[in-house]
Amino acid sequence: MTKRTFRRAFRDSLPIMAGYLALGFGFGVLLQSKGYSFWWAILMSCTMFAGSGQYAGVDFLASGATILTTAVMTLIINARHFFYGFSLLDKYKGMGVFKPYLIFGLTDETYSIVCSAQLDETISKRKYFVFLTALNHFYWIAGSTIGAVIGGVLPFSYEGVDFAMTALFMVIMVEQWIRSEEHLPVILGVATTVVCLCIFGADVFIIPSMALIAFELLLFRKKLDKTEVERDD
Amino acid sequence: MTEGEMNAPYSLILIAVMAVVTAFVRFSPFILFPEGRKRPRVITYLGTVLPYAVIGMLVVYCFKGTSFMVYPYCIPELAASALVIGLHVWKRNTLISVFAGVVSYMLLVQLVF
Repeated sequence: MTKRTFRRAFRDSLPIMAGYLALGFGFGVLLQSKGYSFWWAILMSCTMFAGSGQYAGVDFLASGATILTTAVMTLIINARHFFYGFSLLDKYKGMGVFKPYLIFGLTDETYSIVCSAQLDETISKRKYFVFLTALNHFYWIAGSTIGAVIGGVLPFSYEGVDFAMTALFMVIMVEQWIRSEEHLPVILGVATTVVCLCIFGADVFIIPSMALIAFELLLFRKKLDKTEVERDD
Repeated sequence: MTEGEMNAPYSLILIAVMAVVTAFVRFSPFILFPEGRKRPRVITYLGTVLPYAVIGMLVVYCFKGTSFMVYPYCIPELAASALVIGLHVWKRNTLISVFAGVVSYMLLVQLVF
């Protein structure tokens, strides 16, 4: 069962492998270009495990940003992760000693797979989540280490590999669309974020988007809430 | 010691700050609503609809660095996206859809545009 579970987790992590190796590589190259040896890339990828957060982090390190600036900017950049736990309160129940690691490793990609994976009884959920998170973490650390060691010179251009993340999210969106009869939440998610991106610009649109999405979902609760009956405790 | 590492202690502090803040964001829902404690039904409701809304948000998030106003007007992104969606509706195979999308996108940005 463990072998089967690992195989499934590995298969599901393949799109993420491509993206994380490439994005991690880019991060490693960027960090070493600011004069940091590869140990720093390993340290950051091990302890943060956050794509856009680490890219911004290179700037904070290189410019010697204040602690307050670093904290506030990291909070803003990673704010979207605040949403993720709410859908996993039940799913991550009873995960035991690994639970803190699973929560620590809740990246956009891990979250989207955890939410959408259809696992039957032959798969141990607990092991699957742990394998998936650890594999993704490994790809990320490996990519950033290689990037920091090599430092930007590759015999081929990997420009565009990071489209793997975009493609993965779109595939999950299509899967959800086909499987679900209710399309309002995803429409609200797309429309609200587009409008906020246009109004607030690429640097700060995520927090207003999140606030508006939460507000709209609450507004449409009567129509969308199907948890009432089963959770009547 | 290299240039960036001149101020290693301060760099270490900044990395610790970033790591703690990132973890705090990810842990806060679990801290607010711990296992075994009853939680408001509205939170459970949000938990069931958020994955759908969030995936829409993430797709748009991926496009934040692109522009429809300047060359190449998002054509590589739109073409590759159409391929991913079309292939996935047709084959329903995640690996095929993602792989084809990445390869076509790489060809477009490296060779065409």
